[in-house]
Amino acid sequence: MSTTLKTAAVAGAVAAALASHATSLQAQENVKCYGVSLAGENDCAAGPGTTCAGTSTMDWQGNAWTLVQEGTCESATPVMADGSEIELPGDRMGSLEPLERDLPQG
Amino acid sequence: MFDAMREGLPAAAGVGFKARHFEALMRDPGPVGWIEVHAENYLGDGGRPQAQLSALAERLPVSVHGVGLSIGGEGPLDPGHLARVAALCARVGAARFSEHLAWSTHDGAHFNDLLPLPWTGATLDRVAAHVDQVQQALGRQMLLENPSSYLAFAESEMTETEFLARLVARTGCGLLLDVNNVFVSATNLAFSARDYLGQVPLEAVGEIHLGGHAEQADAHGAPLLIDDHGHPVADPVWTLLGEVLARTGPKPVLIEWDTDVPDWPVLRAEAARAAAALEGVR
Amino acid sequence: MRQESFRAALLDPARPAPAGLHDGAGRPAGRRFDIYRNNVAASLVAALETGFPALRALIGGERFRGLALSFLRAHPPRDPRLALYGAELPGFLEGVAPRARFGWAPDLARLEMALREAYHAADADPVAPEALAAIAPEALEGTRLKLAPAVRRVVSRWPVAALRAHALEEGPRPEGGAQEVLVSRPGFDPLAQALPPGGAAAVAALADGATLGEAHAAGARARVDFDLGPVLAALLTGGAITGLMPQDCKETLP
Repeated sequence: MSTTLKTAAVAGAVAAALASHATSLQAQENVKCYGVSLAGENDCAAGPGTTCAGTSTMDWQGNAWTLVQEGTCESATPVMADGSEIELPGDRMGSLEPLERDLPQG
Repeated sequence: MFDAMREGLPAAAGVGFKARHFEALMRDPGPVGWIEVHAENYLGDGGRPQAQLSALAERLPVSVHGVGLSIGGEGPLDPGHLARVAALCARVGAARFSEHLAWSTHDGAHFNDLLPLPWTGATLDRVAAHVDQVQQALGRQMLLENPSSYLAFAESEMTETEFLARLVARTGCGLLLDVNNVFVSATNLAFSARDYLGQVPLEAVGEIHLGGHAEQADAHGAPLLIDDHGHPVADPVWTLLGEVLARTGPKPVLIEWDTDVPDWPVLRAEAARAAAALEGVR
Repeated sequence: MRQESFRAALLDPARPAPAGLHDGAGRPAGRRFDIYRNNVAASLVAALETGFPALRALIGGERFRGLALSFLRAHPPRDPRLALYGAELPGFLEGVAPRARFGWAPDLARLEMALREAYHAADADPVAPEALAAIAPEALEGTRLKLAPAVRRVVSRWPVAALRAHALEEGPRPEGGAQEVLVSRPGFDPLAQALPPGGAAAVAALADGATLGEAHAAGARARVDFDLGPVLAALLTGGAITGLMPQDCKETLP
């Protein structure tokens, strides 16, 4: 690309960005609030007492990926906001294909 | 030696700050005269946590309560962490700094829990050295909080209250008396909470904590209380608070509610009850 | 008792509780020790659940819990700040997640970690778009941008931003394809925006102090038909531009 063309391309890109920014401001109003608990928080409270997670001796590393419901003390089936259960990923994302070309490492 | 009177929070009710209560607290703190935050949640560079804390610090005195210094740890304190905590205290103009009589870090790994200590001379030497180091780094007196205990060490050479009294005498630190922790430990280890409160050096108490606990049972069917900060303060704990305040006079009293955090009116009502207990001894 | 023996039993439930612990009435502490095991495991699992909500939604709560337990035993926190915990999870997932069904999991975790880092990043006021508009067209090519401390890039063979939006019920199920993502923080809430192909390379160049012209060239090297416009639009929307340095101010860059 010649210098003149690149100058024009950059100037055009800035103009387009400024124009689209003006229209995107309204759309952003709908962006869901991230909430106040993005990260786990430190506290000084004790956990669930004598039962549950810490005493599980299951070999999770080996079987977590095939396991569905076993060995824990509370139901944690993921549910949508409307109460319906989320399908497990084998069904849900199994057909998802990656793009196999090499990507630039940003 | 530090001047304890130079330090301090108002002898009023406080609450452990949760982000979901930010707007309510800014609108009308009601009976709440101060707030406390867990230091480790406010060590980021910026964003909403820092903005909320700065806004609140303009309205209310802030107590900074560390949960990760591992004062009872066998290894050295993390100097980077201590420096960040000191910077936070300076930034928010903390009215108090407190930590726990416990350990949580070993060999570089942090377990995110307040782990128990045996009450021995060796533990006392180590904790006293770490308390000295913190007080030097912060340039102020710190308070140390009595733990909730679920088990005891055969090797202990003294009682917890004797340990605390000797620590206070050696370091000049103050005590953060968690009355719920006393009740939980007394129930779990079958000692008398009243005897404990009769033996602990109440004159060193700079702040009082109250929190809720859960009731379980051990393998022998004995009651086992879990300091889960997920319930209203239990009635026997309120009774013990009244007995303590009758002897100490008004002190800063904090309501801690960390799990299953309720809506603001529920927490506010707990704070109002603490404020009423304080009014009773003014 | 040395804390080492306490620690060893803490993370390994197959070990008996350390000796020398009792219940206050002379009986062995027994399962009272489990309270500490549970505090450690449950609090760290909860921290990971809060930090990786989209990953959890897509792989399922039980599977996530198992993953979190194996992760925390292999990688307990190295810092008391829970806000930092989980940075090693993407790499851990590379080693344990079956590629056939969960190939996207490591990159989704990278995106969620980048959003969390952005949440806690230092504040910086974005420039008004008018400041960019005020630069003469012929000077734009030599202009450099100062980017906000919250800015992160995630490059994936998977449509990770769309996957995350879908997991959090904010978007449709993606069909596939790669995605380059800009993470930034307009105000207090982090934002993940998909960039056009080559966009991450252009943002990386800008972050390194390149001019707009050089950033355009970096994007064009990655993709012939690269368009800088949507990249700049995403940076503006994301509040990611905190300074504009025309050509002659080059030396003032840090």
